[in-house]
Amino acid sequence: MKLVIVLALIFATTSIPPGKWPAFGAMLLIVWTAAAVSGVGLVRIFLRSLIALPFILIALPTVFTKPGVPVFDLSLGLFTLTATVAGVEFFASVFVKSWTSVTAAVLLTSTTPGLGLLSALRSLKLPEILVAVVMLMYRYLFVLVEEAQRMLRARAARSAAVGRGSGGSLIWRARIAGGMAGSLFIRTLDRSERIYMAMLARGYDGSIKQQVTAPLGRLAAGQMALSLALFAAIAISARWLL
Amino acid sequence: MNSAAVQKDMVAALEISNLSFSYPDGWQALRGVTFGLRPGEKVAILGPNGAGKSTLLLHLNGLLHGSGEVSIMGHRVVEDDKKALGLVRSLVGLVFQDPDDQLFSPTVYEDVAFGPLYMGLPRDEIDERVSHALSLVGLEEYGSRMPFHLSGGEKKRAAIATVLSMRPQVLVLDEPSAGLDPRARRGLITLLDQLDQTILVTTHDLYMVKEIFPRVIIMDAGAVVADGHTEAILSDHALLEAHGLEMP
Repeated sequence: MKLVIVLALIFATTSIPPGKWPAFGAMLLIVWTAAAVSGVGLVRIFLRSLIALPFILIALPTVFTKPGVPVFDLSLGLFTLTATVAGVEFFASVFVKSWTSVTAAVLLTSTTPGLGLLSALRSLKLPEILVAVVMLMYRYLFVLVEEAQRMLRARAARSAAVGRGSGGSLIWRARIAGGMAGSLFIRTLDRSERIYMAMLARGYDGSIKQQVTAPLGRLAAGQMALSLALFAAIAISARWLL
Repeated sequence: MNSAAVQKDMVAALEISNLSFSYPDGWQALRGVTFGLRPGEKVAILGPNGAGKSTLLLHLNGLLHGSGEVSIMGHRVVEDDKKALGLVRSLVGLVFQDPDDQLFSPTVYEDVAFGPLYMGLPRDEIDERVSHALSLVGLEEYGSRMPFHLSGGEKKRAAIATVLSMRPQVLVLDEPSAGLDPRARRGLITLLDQLDQTILVTTHDLYMVKEIFPRVIIMDAGAVVADGHTEAILSDHALLEAHGLEMP
């Protein structure tokens, strides 16, 4: 249910046209209120939501490319960039949109265990094959990370820096790193082979069997409908009323 | 001598005759392997790394197919016969060496339920089998745990539970005691000793063999080089040494 609400919130937020500040404010308020009552800790959620920053910065050039009233000039020697009101507004909107969405997603993942999300995907009638793929990914992500850590540790253990000229050239080191990535890939491939055999050994026949999941309670359904209506209202009013 | 005795008595739990197998790259991993297991017998296969032990185990479940014959409880393992393979796979529980390969589901419960689910059992029967299998290995409370969070010994026991839930007649384990600390190893030995299925393991753990496996088969370079009573074989130092094993 949380998954549906968060998806709806992200969808509603992204459909608000640029510059409709009250609507953005409302969405931010909703997310941060939820964050406040979730008990995860506002600081932690804030820090985690910063992961969106690099992606948001990709939108930075729009500050200069959108035509409109100039705000300031940025001289870069060869050429001059002119920021426009429309550009700044657009960028700020993208910024708020992305940040709100990411915060909502962070809130979801930090309050819901991975297993809960999986069963949510399942009850949303996502094709079983996709759920199975996500499930395997979730299961082996940790194993893979551990394997990579072991390799890094093995390298570190043999990387004794003795005197000058140790460590080799940059190219040499890059080749080592490339080799490590390659062998991690091959190990993963081997593991997938073994997992497949383990599945076959227990009767796997290529079909995905449906697991039973708990249906949605009445209260939960009510809460869900209410939040969906609220998000829709904000998005719609932002588009046509404000 | 054992296989002859088997045929007189009853249907052999496991019968392998003249099994040979080469990997696609030309490496001949098995050369004319022949032996049989009586129902309820507990047998250990010893041999150096690369002797073909693990390759042999994959044949018992129809995961690999060589020339020669393999039959489980009188049912031949036939390539490309899905029905026969399904039956054989429900009769033989194969436990892989690395529990991380065996436990591929998000929770222990789902993993243990995987086999029964594919056997097409009804929901309540699956539930019953899962809790029974988990209680056999002493992991009653672990159903909702994530395999990633288990210790090495717990993972191993969970891996065994994933095949016990299929109620197999024959249990086949690849190096079950490898990488376990003494306490986990002790728990595993006790567990294997208690189970009344026919059990075939590959191992390098000679102490474990001495304790619970009355019969030993030594393999080297893809062939069976010795087959007999554990005490007789483990006291034959010349034989052990010739095949890279040592009894301390």
